[in-house]
Amino acid sequence: MRVGVFICHCGSNIAGTVDVAKVAEEARKMPGVAYATAYMYTCSEPGQKEITDAIERDKLDRVVVAACSPRMHENTFRRTVMKAGLNRYFFEQANIREHVSWIGLDKELNTKKAIDEVRMAVEKVKRNKPLFSTSFKVNKRVLVLGGGVAGMQAAIDCADGGLEVIMVEKSPSIGGMMARLDKTFPTVDCSICILGPKMVDVAQHDLIKLHAYSEIAEIKGYVGNYQIKIRKKPTYVDWTKCTGCGLCMEKCPTKNAYDHFNFGAAPTRAINIPFPQAIPKKATIDPEFCRQFVKGKCGVCAKVCPTGAINYEMQEEIITEDVGAIITATGYGLMGIENFKEYGAGRYPDVITGIQYERFLNASGPTSGHIIRPSDHEEPKTIVFISCVGSRDKSLGVPYCSNFCCMYIAKQAILTKDHIPDSQSYVFYMDIRSPGKGYDEFTRRAQEEYGAKYIRGRVSRIYPKGKKMVVRGADTLLGTQVEIEADLVVLGNAVVSAEGAAQMAEKLHISYDTHGFYVESHPKLRPVETNTSGVYLAGACQGPKDIPASVGQGSAAAAKVLALFSKDMLESDPAIANVNINTCVGCLKCVKTCPFQAIVEDTLRNGKKVAKVIETVCAGCGVCTSTCPCGAIQLQHFTDNQLLAEVNAICQK
Amino acid sequence: MSEVASKELRIVGFLCNWCSYGGADTAGVGRFKQPTDLRIIRVPCSGRVDPMFVVRALITGADGVLVSGCHPRDCHYTDGNFYARRRLEMLKRLLPFLGIDGKRFHYTWVSASEGQRWQQVVTDFTKQVHTLGPMHQK
Repeated sequence: MRVGVFICHCGSNIAGTVDVAKVAEEARKMPGVAYATAYMYTCSEPGQKEITDAIERDKLDRVVVAACSPRMHENTFRRTVMKAGLNRYFFEQANIREHVSWIGLDKELNTKKAIDEVRMAVEKVKRNKPLFSTSFKVNKRVLVLGGGVAGMQAAIDCADGGLEVIMVEKSPSIGGMMARLDKTFPTVDCSICILGPKMVDVAQHDLIKLHAYSEIAEIKGYVGNYQIKIRKKPTYVDWTKCTGCGLCMEKCPTKNAYDHFNFGAAPTRAINIPFPQAIPKKATIDPEFCRQFVKGKCGVCAKVCPTGAINYEMQEEIITEDVGAIITATGYGLMGIENFKEYGAGRYPDVITGIQYERFLNASGPTSGHIIRPSDHEEPKTIVFISCVGSRDKSLGVPYCSNFCCMYIAKQAILTKDHIPDSQSYVFYMDIRSPGKGYDEFTRRAQEEYGAKYIRGRVSRIYPKGKKMVVRGADTLLGTQVEIEADLVVLGNAVVSAEGAAQMAEKLHISYDTHGFYVESHPKLRPVETNTSGVYLAGACQGPKDIPASVGQGSAAAAKVLALFSKDMLESDPAIANVNINTCVGCLKCVKTCPFQAIVEDTLRNGKKVAKVIETVCAGCGVCTSTCPCGAIQLQHFTDNQLLAEVNAICQK
Repeated sequence: MSEVASKELRIVGFLCNWCSYGGADTAGVGRFKQPTDLRIIRVPCSGRVDPMFVVRALITGADGVLVSGCHPRDCHYTDGNFYARRRLEMLKRLLPFLGIDGKRFHYTWVSASEGQRWQQVVTDFTKQVHTLGPMHQK
């Protein structure tokens, strides 16, 4: 066995705190090592050539690269050794950057640790076996989760690329948050006017199949071959008959249903179509408020419906779709404001959220675009906006910036002046964050052209005084207390992860961070991929994002799926479990523990019962290997022998 | 043996590829400084960790063993870490019967985004092992 060891300087990243020459020198003494050297940048083209040349020159049959994390460059170097004619599993990477040079200050200790890491990798690679992928067919259909702007963009791009798209949206209409907005910053373009055509595209595209008011019940399978169970929630209206005339909504006697679309800005009817441009434009009954469900009698909508579409007996339905990839665009949620006792939110009707205010501004909103105070429906003249309500507040578990509140508050201040010319807006802010193209100019316009008064400081208390709300806060630039008697207070409440985001991630087998936002594969270089191959991210499910960023990610995710589907066959990961039929005693404990049902019972010709791995289903977790009492089932590339060799390399040196 | 080397103890870490190994990478990228005693072995899932690996490490020369995986319910392989939790909890209680202080073994959950938490885990566990001192007469 002739192992070649290549120690990377990574500029000064590694060489700065690790004596790489010493590591190479020690590596040369390790049994089986035929060649060891240190190189400035091993991942560079000449660096990789150094490896291929050495393989040829020194007849190397195994390669160890001690450099950055294998999560970074394992594939790069696997390709390199393949180019030189070795099996790509005859390669191991020792992580001496993230796990050594970047975390330790003492050069001597770091060097010692790096030598150990190399020794472990050498011992492991000596026990590596050549592994070969098999190829399997790809189902070229894609599931898009979420019908917001990111999901719609992804769906349209995929469909335009010729892929069949299944879109699942949990609410009765697609459109997401953007459909609720009145205007968009920084162009003050009408939101629904630019979104509407996209929604129609989704509805009319031959290749897009939309399941609105549906949820994911179960996801099974792996990249290229997923089986999805979709739960179609009962709408109590037969959508094949409903024409969206809206007569039911007009006649419904229940007028106090919670309006999910308007975030409770005003009540709605128990049967409703969320907004005029809704797609599909169909009615849905909210059984929480509908008299037929609450009191057991009413039936007005069933009587007035001209097509007889109402069906109170409707049950949920489970449908199955097979797809090859999944784009997750499940969006975000907004922090409830009831916790902000000091702002009286939830207690005083005239303290509302930014999205509710947006609905008041919107011509299709509950007030047809007239700004009113919810308490007495009068037109407010003094409006106070408070930014960072929850955002950047560690005590609330939201240490991050919500990304777009500064901008929408500036927009709402501008729109307020447009709607009510004799109004005055005040904005309490911590910092104005406007890093996008044309954004800073926009916030300046709000102040200079539209006369919004920006006060840098926090609000300590809001309390009522007659018909007014007194906003008391600090002006930290002047160093004084300020009190504003406002007619209406708008809170820029924090963006949080969507409701049920964690459960969704668990179904998808993707990671989420402490705030419930999904974790991308690499924060800089793989922003729309996840660590689960075949699952991609788009939009604010990954973190707070404004419209252009969400649209960009939607297209990016679609491009990734199109690239994945450009091949008819995919290569499987050969690092899967393998049964040694000679030592298997047929206890079948592995069958019970396998999380993927990838192991089945098999009978050999001589009648002996053994376990058998279904290659395409095995995901390579290795739970079976640590379950097997006789070591008969071994996860390739992470066998007991290989891992114990690493243990020995540390413990028995 | 140099003075510095004698101070360092041998700690073996088994980290799942998807969460904790990534968390250790995140800690590295963030330059969250840590003690250097730990040597990390990458495994696909904490469920791959055979309790025998831990015992083998401890009786052949390690002074401490750390296992870290994805948070429960956040496993890349659905429920590999639940298997890990059951096995490792059992192991922790078994170690004293083998004459090994249970404090020399620790298992925990660190996600790929929790670099700072990883730093804390490594620092705390290293400190704990150092309080116990070396396990083997060198």
